[in-house]
Amino acid sequence: MNLTLKIWRQKDADTKGKIEAYKVSDISEHMSFLEMIDVLNEQIINEGGSPVAFDHDCREGICGMCSMVINGKPHGPSDAITTCQLHMRSFNDGDTIFIEPWRANAFPVIKDLIVDRGSFDRIIQAGGYVSVNTSGNTIDANAIPIPKEDADTAFDAATCIGCGACVAACKNSSAMLFVGAKVSQLALLPQGQTERTERAKNMVAQMDKEGFGACTNTGACAAECPKEISLENIARLNREFMKASMVGN
Amino acid sequence: MSKLDAKIPEGPLKDKWSKHKDSIKLVNPANKRSIDIIVVGTGLAGSSAAASLAEMGYNVKAFCFQDSPRRAHSIAAQGGINAAKNYQNDGDSVHRLFYDTVKGGDYRSREANVHRLAEVSTDIIDQCVAQGVPFAREYGGLLDNRSFGGVQVSRTFYAKGQTGQQLLLGAYSALSRQIAKGKVTMYNRHEMMDVVKIDGKARGIIARNLITGEIERHSAHAVVICSGGYGNAFYLSTNAMGSNASAAWKIHKKGAFFANPCYTQIHPTCIPVSGDYQSKLTLMSESLRNDGRIWVPKSKEDVEAIKNGSKRPVELSEEERDYYLERRYPAFGNLVPRDVASRAAKERCDAGYGVNETGQAVFLDFAAAIERYGKIEANTSGLDNPTAEDVTRLGTDVIKSKYGNLFQMYEKITDDNPYETPMKIFPAVHYTMGGIWVDYNLMTTVPGLYALGEANFSDHGANRLGASALMQGLADGYFVIPYTIGDFLADDIRTGEISTESPEFAAAEKEVTELVNKLANNNGEHSVDYYHKQLGLIMWNKCGMARNEKHLKEAISEIQALRKEFWEKVKVPGNANELNPELEKAYRVADFLEMGELMCQDALSREESAGGHFREESQTEEGEAKRDDANFAYVAAWEFTGTPSEANLHKEDLKFENIELKQRSYK
Repeated sequence: MNLTLKIWRQKDADTKGKIEAYKVSDISEHMSFLEMIDVLNEQIINEGGSPVAFDHDCREGICGMCSMVINGKPHGPSDAITTCQLHMRSFNDGDTIFIEPWRANAFPVIKDLIVDRGSFDRIIQAGGYVSVNTSGNTIDANAIPIPKEDADTAFDAATCIGCGACVAACKNSSAMLFVGAKVSQLALLPQGQTERTERAKNMVAQMDKEGFGACTNTGACAAECPKEISLENIARLNREFMKASMVGN
Repeated sequence: MSKLDAKIPEGPLKDKWSKHKDSIKLVNPANKRSIDIIVVGTGLAGSSAAASLAEMGYNVKAFCFQDSPRRAHSIAAQGGINAAKNYQNDGDSVHRLFYDTVKGGDYRSREANVHRLAEVSTDIIDQCVAQGVPFAREYGGLLDNRSFGGVQVSRTFYAKGQTGQQLLLGAYSALSRQIAKGKVTMYNRHEMMDVVKIDGKARGIIARNLITGEIERHSAHAVVICSGGYGNAFYLSTNAMGSNASAAWKIHKKGAFFANPCYTQIHPTCIPVSGDYQSKLTLMSESLRNDGRIWVPKSKEDVEAIKNGSKRPVELSEEERDYYLERRYPAFGNLVPRDVASRAAKERCDAGYGVNETGQAVFLDFAAAIERYGKIEANTSGLDNPTAEDVTRLGTDVIKSKYGNLFQMYEKITDDNPYETPMKIFPAVHYTMGGIWVDYNLMTTVPGLYALGEANFSDHGANRLGASALMQGLADGYFVIPYTIGDFLADDIRTGEISTESPEFAAAEKEVTELVNKLANNNGEHSVDYYHKQLGLIMWNKCGMARNEKHLKEAISEIQALRKEFWEKVKVPGNANELNPELEKAYRVADFLEMGELMCQDALSREESAGGHFREESQTEEGEAKRDDANFAYVAAWEFTGTPSEANLHKEDLKFENIELKQRSYK
């Protein structure tokens, strides 16, 4: 198929960006979206231009690196996949496709489609862990049985890949789904109980400090999440935060 | 006379590690605070090492080329992690895990290292659960297990098909905690470009800031390389796009011996190649072989009918199918080790029974498992006389709960529904057992320079068993290096901070700057990928699933010619002092173009078949791999001398005192 691509080009963080148009032809429907961008870049390089910079790594939907807003939707038109899992069979010959980076104050653009998601790392650093040192002397892994349902729900929350599509999808650029997923995972497990209160407070404080917006329960985050992280995690984060605020410091 | 001293402790096998831990030198807590350690890579080995060393008090500087340490390619590991817990009461033990790993590795690994790995495996599970890693559990709340290839017990712990993700996020959380405390300084989007040696010891690295292009000097008292494997030498592999051999190759060029580079693992169950635009291959976890049955049609007429669409695979009766693994290997069936399963698939496809357009695919079928699970579910839910639809529906739900994300991944890529029609799979490059040579302390041949995880060679011999990579990465990082590094650093308590103003740092920086500028200003004709794809084809065709002397010799000269052309004609757009992904690819591919040559040289010199290395000249009458223990029971450790294939070979003889060497049989 033949396509017109309208892509956000921005030299670096300090330069103003703009949309530029490109044409690609003979695109196979079996190609992944990123392989189509590879073809475009090969074409740009051969013409002596500057290839489109974009983040990607595993190309199997798990590392969370790829991050494109395609026709206005984070990770493109299909549900429950990352950009790298999107295939060209989702498009038609003659289509014009708009490709932009994640847009959020807390994710500044570094170049073209690449943004800085360091704010997510700093939120985890604020409390997204159990404070246990390495030792060969923790208790046996089977010493505390965990109801299967709790373990499964914690797992579902823990499958978040930290890509930031939730933030990109939200009109307020809220990170509540990302934070809610980590807080939920650890709140559901016995190992997370000791630091439960501090964790909720500290992670929310860091989220606010990074400049993410407020949550208005629109649900765009969960709708666009490639791992289908449920909105229940935001409800649980609200409960955890409320509880933490009421039990004092 | 070999320069290699593996420093394997004396005494009985089962006491070596505990005795060694009791006798190696320690660094006291106050002194740890004045010692710096650089960790390169933040996968399972790197994250767990960086976090554990920082917890102990060392100052750690950690580097990753991705935008966050959480994205290292360990994240993509699917199936599980082995541990000798014997929770299933099926007779598992440390000894059995040790034995299975040595046998699975085709008797080409070091007994003492493997035994230590088996010993600490149980601690890993305890540690991860304590971190909040949500492993799969049974209804009673205890941990669930499954089986993997090459073993007859269920010792694999898992979290659906995302075990690597959950373990890496556990290690990343421990790392994040240390970053917050200031004990780890994290350098994201930084690439190690070279190691810096002072007085023969590794004392720092030269790194490139991938955003600004700035070349930076970083010093430390020891350097720990956890940069993964070199599978991307084949261009197409299950590795991430950014996975590269450069850190390992750079230290090889600075004196670290490279061991067994020809041992590459071709994984039997990957999604077949669909076109020449393909950028990577996707694995379908080995755990699927617990429930999936592998087959091709018995008759070539049916092969043709399936290819041209006149027959659907589900229309073939049981009698018309050749379940060739069950036929050839009745004892292990579909759960033979990876190397055996891959070669068997190649044998059927070479014989003309491949089931897709290119003839390079076999079926992985879940129909029998869906029916089996459906019947059990129907019984337990009290359904009398369930209809076939009920059984299929209930069975599909069970399969979905076990492998849902893998089936979804398969459907997204191929547009086929694997619940209704068998998957098509084919072998692909997945893992590299070879790596930097290390002694028992995980130190390379350069003092103060360590290699952990897939980057080293130590535990998997010539073939890695499924679910053992995660085990080894975390064993090295959590439970080995924290102890063994003290033995070296104990002599550094009075050294003080290492200056980056020395001539050694200046020289290393100059070398890196010149390399980067040369590539950026080359003004050639072809893109980096153009060369990488050609290298990949040479490697796959001549140093892949089957190798012979003629092809390997051809490959070496072809790679040399390709490398020459690359340096003359590669075209890298943009500048060195900016974010430039093409430049990053260029210097990584430049290293693969050398690495590939050494892989072929190693494959050429190992005139036997062992594990993932199959020399056509060395096979049994039945076409199985034939080892030559009399002549090749050694680790081949290569010392760089200038041209990759002219490296000096050092042999570390492998002594088997606790296991009898046998030809592997899974029949």
